[in-house]
Amino acid sequence: MAKLRGRGIAAICYPTGMNLGGDPSQTVIIAQPDGTFVVNVASVELGQGLRTVLAQIAAEAIGASIEDIEVRFGDTQLAPHDTGTFASRTTHRMGNAIIKAGQEVRQILLDVASKILEVSPQDLEIRNGKIWVRGVPDKFISVREVASQAQFVYNIPVVGKGHYVKPKSIVDPETGESDPHSTMAHGCVVADVEVDTETGEVTVLRLFTVYEVGRAVNPKLVEGQIIGGAVMGLGAALRETVYPRYPQIIHQTTSFREYVLPTAGDVPKIIYKIVESPTPTGPYGAKGVGEMVANGIAPAIVNAVYDAIGVQITELPITPEKVLKALSEKGKSK
Amino acid sequence: MRIRFRLDGQSVEVDVKHTETLLRVLKDRLGVGSVHFGCGEGSCGACIVLIDGRPRYSCLTLAGYVDGKEVSTVAALARDGELTEIQKAFVENNAAQCGYCTPGMILIVRALLEKNPSPSDEELFDALAGNLCRCTGYVPIINAIRSVIKR
Amino acid sequence: MSEQFSIVGKPIMNAQLLGHVTGSTQYVDEISFPGMLWMKAVRSPVPRGKIRRIDTSKAEKLPGVVRIITAKDVPNNIHVNMAAIGIGPPDEPVLPEDEVNYKGEAICLVVAKDEETAAKAAEMVEVEIEELPPVLDMEEALKPSAPVIKKWGMNAFIFGSGMDGATRPGRPGRPLFLVKRGEVEIALKQADYVVEGSYLIPPIEHAPIEPHVCVAKPEPGQRLTIYTTTQAPYFVRDNVATILNIPPSNIRVVAPAVGGGFGGKVDPEFEMQVAVAAMCVGRPVKWRWTREEEFTISTTRPAVKIEFQDALSKDGLILGRKARLLHDSGAYTRTSPYGVIKATVNLSGPYYIPNVHYEGYCVYTNRQPSSAMRGYGVFEFSYAVELQMERDAKKLGIDSWEFRFKNAYRNGQVSATGKLIDDAYLIEVMKEAVALAGVSLPNHLLQMSSWG
Repeated sequence: MAKLRGRGIAAICYPTGMNLGGDPSQTVIIAQPDGTFVVNVASVELGQGLRTVLAQIAAEAIGASIEDIEVRFGDTQLAPHDTGTFASRTTHRMGNAIIKAGQEVRQILLDVASKILEVSPQDLEIRNGKIWVRGVPDKFISVREVASQAQFVYNIPVVGKGHYVKPKSIVDPETGESDPHSTMAHGCVVADVEVDTETGEVTVLRLFTVYEVGRAVNPKLVEGQIIGGAVMGLGAALRETVYPRYPQIIHQTTSFREYVLPTAGDVPKIIYKIVESPTPTGPYGAKGVGEMVANGIAPAIVNAVYDAIGVQITELPITPEKVLKALSEKGKSK
Repeated sequence: MRIRFRLDGQSVEVDVKHTETLLRVLKDRLGVGSVHFGCGEGSCGACIVLIDGRPRYSCLTLAGYVDGKEVSTVAALARDGELTEIQKAFVENNAAQCGYCTPGMILIVRALLEKNPSPSDEELFDALAGNLCRCTGYVPIINAIRSVIKR
Repeated sequence: MSEQFSIVGKPIMNAQLLGHVTGSTQYVDEISFPGMLWMKAVRSPVPRGKIRRIDTSKAEKLPGVVRIITAKDVPNNIHVNMAAIGIGPPDEPVLPEDEVNYKGEAICLVVAKDEETAAKAAEMVEVEIEELPPVLDMEEALKPSAPVIKKWGMNAFIFGSGMDGATRPGRPGRPLFLVKRGEVEIALKQADYVVEGSYLIPPIEHAPIEPHVCVAKPEPGQRLTIYTTTQAPYFVRDNVATILNIPPSNIRVVAPAVGGGFGGKVDPEFEMQVAVAAMCVGRPVKWRWTREEEFTISTTRPAVKIEFQDALSKDGLILGRKARLLHDSGAYTRTSPYGVIKATVNLSGPYYIPNVHYEGYCVYTNRQPSSAMRGYGVFEFSYAVELQMERDAKKLGIDSWEFRFKNAYRNGQVSATGKLIDDAYLIEVMKEAVALAGVSLPNHLLQMSSWG
């Protein structure tokens, strides 16, 4: 009996957004009387940080300060149509819609500022909550002031609307010929494992992960996805299924006592790197991140176990029972 | 039966059934927002409160048990808007995503550090074994706790 | 790179964090209204059967019970979740009329003054079901001898041949989605090696810590506000409007902070029942799922079985690939045709394979419906492709990295679906991973690029 070590790799791609497209996202940005902005989206804050990321995209597109942006989410009465918050589509789809809406707002602000400052809009710059005449950055007027004056003095509504859809791809039913995705993100995972040949237990020692995300709009939130996704992938690799005797329905799990999620002590060392290769289809180059980060972990771990014990287990999760069975079959065939 | 207890420093009186859990009373009757239902059987830790300073699953605690006791939730930790060290550390380390498990996490960490200000990794993992998080992968939570221990 | 931006690329603090650490973030379970009622379901004890009798008389007499809702109360019972974006067919009842198709399927709903009373009354409803043999195994389900559980006469979905390649029922066609390019049979014949593999992912639960919770509140003028743990408020709105037969604009759907989703809250899988109940009783109704319902009723990641036959040349190239994908949709369609297509078009993974023949089957079985989960379709193909890559490399006796570098797709190549590849970046990412993990690779690999 021994502890065998192995290393496995998985290289992956992630097709961002809904497959075949046809999934619109719309937004409206409305200036408030005090010159701050509300971005209305029907997307949902699930913990991924959409309220933050979309505010960053809106601030960048308008030229406003991030403190002056509030993203209101998840209400069909306030926000126009959005297909939904899934398929890693929100940063990409809604982000693109927000850029369009933000650019409309930016143009309105420049027009109003040109009236206030009595210069042509082409001579103005707008960035980070300030508007100034090109070349004279210390003489500025705040975006808030301009957005407010537009309403109270100049009788101009400060509203931006944005829409994004990847047109639905036609599919040739005989060949599947189609344009399924907007852009591919990429990842690579290296897993180091130790297999206890006596108990069949697999311990993941280290996960090295690299993800190419187009543009990391918020690296801190991307990091959050990478770590969280890795641990979800770890659970899928080693433990999780609702039907341990699939396809039979006996022993269907009904609680966390039978369906054992990873806990704090189960997490291996996770070393990661974020790589950027901006896509022209994405908002400031961004691709989808949230889903990709869960996808490469299980195959890398299973490949590492293959490397360690010389048998490929093909069915998830690779429980101690399956490892021992694989080892005993290998022993017999020798 | 009528019970009296202190909830986050305030006196509370409420009629409860013998079979009613503290979670249901706090949530459905007293409108306590920060105590969350996750599993109803003491596996996930989303419903943890402190009873006389000790962490308890409110989904497994009968309401009658807290008669005359002090119940604390995460809502009462910050004083005059000033976050506690643990709360600050959770914010700095991005230790919450959906936030549903966060109040339970913070309370269990608080109780642990009060008892044992410098826990080993093993003690830390043991303490957190009954608190599930599906979003963060735990690493930022552990980092947050370690940063508090260092201070 | 990001210096051109003011705020994009900056590690701004998650705006939700302050609410989370102070316990002030509002989730659906914190929402309630005066006069609100509670709901529980009477669920099928068997995976498949004919409903012979539903007797609600005893349950109705229990004090505190307000109403028991059955299929008769649903104006437009049959629906499919993603009808709004052309994914069908509509095959799922809000409440079943004559048959149940998975263990735990809601047969009728009890609305009562509190959760406890609703649960008690649900146990008092008498349901008589004639049990039928269930279909559980996908391979069995596809055989002509299998009991047929779908009204269109087979346990797989017939992909329409409409211009949109979408998923309409009723048209005689093939029970599969097909991707074909080049001449795979010739490639298999000319190959130095043919390597086969079969991989299975069983159903996985999303397990967000927040279970499903929904409150529907009737408003004056046939309007309705729905507070729910959804990832897709407009899907909820569309589906509720369809089954209630009222204009979508009469319905407001609100998703406050949601306690994790991971795909498990994409399907409007319980809002329709709550909406029907609220409209029937004219009062707000709340339904909070138990953790057991999360495991046994809510969707899971589909079980997916993928079989490969790879044609390899001895110098380490994949000349062709034949693949067959079976996707366990469970009892109803939900988002499954979408998931099947997304996985099937990508069965080459991030590699260039000139000759392919991929078949994707959407198979129905008598288990809870499956649907999206983090990386829907992609998790599944990534798993199978990467295990097959390892198997191929072993057969060829080539290093795992070298095999991947050699076959990685390049910009300017054409994908299995005929799409020009213009954002390939796999080789660069693999180089980063090699550096991060301290692997030393020969120069000829490190000199490779996605542009040559």
